[in-house]
Amino acid sequence: MAVTIAKERWTSKVAEMTLGPNGLKVGGETTLPFLHFEGEMPNRPVTALEVFDMEPQDWPDILKEPFADVLSDPVAWAKKIVEYGADMVALRLMSAHPDWKDASADEVAKTAKAVAEAIDVPLIVLGCGVEEKDGQILPVVAEALEGKRCLIGCATAENYKSITAASNAYGHSVIASSPLDINLCKQLNILITEMGLSLDRIAFDPLVGALGYGIEYAYSIMERARMGALTGDKMLATPIVCFVGMEAWKAKEAKDPDVPEWGPQADRAILWEVTTATTFAIAGGTIFILRHPESVKRFNAFINEAMKSNAY
Amino acid sequence: MGLTGLEIFKQLPKKNCKECGQPTCLAFAMQLAAGKASLDACPYVSDAAREALDAASAPPVALVKIGVGEKAFQIGNETVLFRHDKRFEHPTGIAIQVSDNEDVKAKVDQINKLVFDRVGQVHEVNMVAVSNDSGDAAKFADAVKTAQDNTSYPLLLISSDTGAMEKALEIAGANKPVVYAADANNYEAMVALAKKYEAPLVVKGSDLNSLAELVEKVAGLGYKNLILDSGAREFSKVVADQTQIRRQALKLFRPFGYPTIAFANNDDPIMESVNASTYVAKYAGIVVMTSAAPEHILPVITLRLNVYTDPQKPIAVESKIYEILNPGPDAPVLITTNFSLSYFCVAGDTEASRVPAYIIPVDTDGISVLTAWAAGKFTPETIADTVKKLGILEKVNHNSIIIPGGVAVLSGKTAELLGAEVIVGPRESAGIPSFFKQRWLNK
Ligand code: B12
Ligand code: SF4
Repeated sequence: MAVTIAKERWTSKVAEMTLGPNGLKVGGETTLPFLHFEGEMPNRPVTALEVFDMEPQDWPDILKEPFADVLSDPVAWAKKIVEYGADMVALRLMSAHPDWKDASADEVAKTAKAVAEAIDVPLIVLGCGVEEKDGQILPVVAEALEGKRCLIGCATAENYKSITAASNAYGHSVIASSPLDINLCKQLNILITEMGLSLDRIAFDPLVGALGYGIEYAYSIMERARMGALTGDKMLATPIVCFVGMEAWKAKEAKDPDVPEWGPQADRAILWEVTTATTFAIAGGTIFILRHPESVKRFNAFINEAMKSNAY
Repeated sequence: MGLTGLEIFKQLPKKNCKECGQPTCLAFAMQLAAGKASLDACPYVSDAAREALDAASAPPVALVKIGVGEKAFQIGNETVLFRHDKRFEHPTGIAIQVSDNEDVKAKVDQINKLVFDRVGQVHEVNMVAVSNDSGDAAKFADAVKTAQDNTSYPLLLISSDTGAMEKALEIAGANKPVVYAADANNYEAMVALAKKYEAPLVVKGSDLNSLAELVEKVAGLGYKNLILDSGAREFSKVVADQTQIRRQALKLFRPFGYPTIAFANNDDPIMESVNASTYVAKYAGIVVMTSAAPEHILPVITLRLNVYTDPQKPIAVESKIYEILNPGPDAPVLITTNFSLSYFCVAGDTEASRVPAYIIPVDTDGISVLTAWAAGKFTPETIADTVKKLGILEKVNHNSIIIPGGVAVLSGKTAELLGAEVIVGPRESAGIPSFFKQRWLNK
């Protein structure tokens, strides 16, 4: 009995973004994740590893270990990340946080520039997470990085104006963050495009939760956003950024070295990060910001399999 | 499924004799369509009409019951492609495979330990799969016996040799194991065996077309207690086939109206775990793995819990006084929300601190601390009301409560409303043990 393969006729596609000195492309898909039998995924999902501009305070040993010799040197750390095979470097400007060093815009811009100059892959620059402060420092950083085609974030409903204006002027793309709500996400994308930044220079961040800690909410938001994008809702048709490392390494299952009934920490911790990432990959995630190099390796092995043709 | 009253009416005898309790056949048809009557009430429906109506009203994905007793479970009855459209109904059964070439007892003992406590519920694997890798019927029967004697989980019997399957079923048949598998060469004998024991039978194709063909043949033999395997083993093909089978089932393409089985088996346990997790999210009724190590299974079980949570109903705990480690009057009082994950994070870390304590979850409709705060459900008012209503401060001698660090801003107003001291705890519950050491025990 011949089966008539059920193919959806999608009418639209996700915007394609180009980043960095090497012109890395993300997005552009015309079907749901890995359904190659009915559409195209011209670019594979990509990874970044995080660099902090000051020694991270709450990283477990297993996470510090691969970077032990470079934790206080962001430039060396970034180079190491490229050696580990990440597609991008994600620099987090933690030192600007008022609770840490409260570093100035000029100080962090200098670090960002040094890092960008040391690598030939795209740079993602992340603020310290305090919206007001990020609204002040990121425009200065954007200027210092002119021409590097970076991805800059996170722009929120509070601070998007200054970040968008500077990113637009100096040739960068932005990450637009909104908490797990499809309408808030659309709303922010609209506000940002109204300032003249084109859709292929926005990636949205739905503020994901880790495996076991609310992953299902972001999973469903991504699925809904992808359906929207493919059926013509342009304001949902941007690549999706997933801050997987930051969330997964908060989970006890990743952090706790000593819970015999959960098995040894090594595989367990990596699987917590990788499973969080792969779950979002099958829901529509595009850019995966991870923390452990082993997770990058594993995630890429998964994507290699997932990108194989399954045409009927 | 989805028949209109008029479509049903066409199949009725049209005698209008009222014996069904309805004034007319049409009225009865309308009741049937609304799910308010049963076809049995009409003594005159023809067998042909009954069959047509039964078939049309069958769910898109059949419900299949696996095993007997306490560990029996069900798969199937799914109605959507995306969980946000409604919800996924029956969590994927996780089967761990044992080869009849290895030490069956040792591995089964390991499998029995794959039981995890999460958000106050027990989560575990569901099946032991015994595979006839030796090709020897007697060895297979022995392995099945050892497995059955040492576990209460239902079994999945893997052999394409009908002779071996017959021997295995003589041992395990009464417990309704899953029979794997009927293929193009052996299906008549496998169907006969499955029928004899009323055991669920996996139908295995080599692609979607051959699968559909074989299901029709098996159904032609009168057996419909089925599970589907398209034969795909490469990851991206499995994802495509699983998606097709679910899509086709929802379009009421009947040969695919059954739950599926997917094999994540991989020499690399990390890849196996990640693939198994994907199959859980992508529609597998049963997923088979070979690793029995907790670090490889816990992520799969956790993702299953997450993906199969009803999107309309977060898992919540009751808002009442929880006593951890027999607290006395000098024990601290911790305030959280009734989102089960928030509560169990706090309960788990408090237990780990070995400091007896009271935990008070405020009813926030089952949402987390920060979400509830942002939604205006975790406020000085709701905290003060709950504390007063439960009378917790009358049980202790220190007139103080501890709130999560993430909502430090609530402390002033809450203290005012309660007339009690409000201490700001750490942001993450993982900080509770050291917080107790530094801030509570020295108080
Ligand atoms: C999943 C989620 C949702 C889900 C809710 C799921 C649920 N059942 O709670 C949904 C999609 C519904 C949702 C909605 C909203 N959300 Co929301 N959501 C999240 C998310 C991703 C995870 C929350 C979670 O489950 N955490 C896990 C639980 C266990 O954490 P927790 O309860 O805080 O408990 C921890 C600590 O607080 C501490 N703790 C808990 N109790 C206690 C007690 C004591 C004594 C101590 C010491 C410690 C302690 O220990 C726990 C473990 O560390 C977070 C972002 C994030 N990554 O955290 C945003 C987040 C909480 N959401 C946010 C917002 C703004 C919203 C909305 C208002 C947005 C909107 N769309 O309108 C709505 C409001 C909902 C409503 N109107 O009903 C914001 C809150 C911002 C803020 N600080 O004000 C967050 C932080 C995202 C962000 N960064 O912007 N959200
Ligand atoms: S019992 Fe049957 S035939 Fe008689 S009215 Fe009801 S539906 Fe019609």
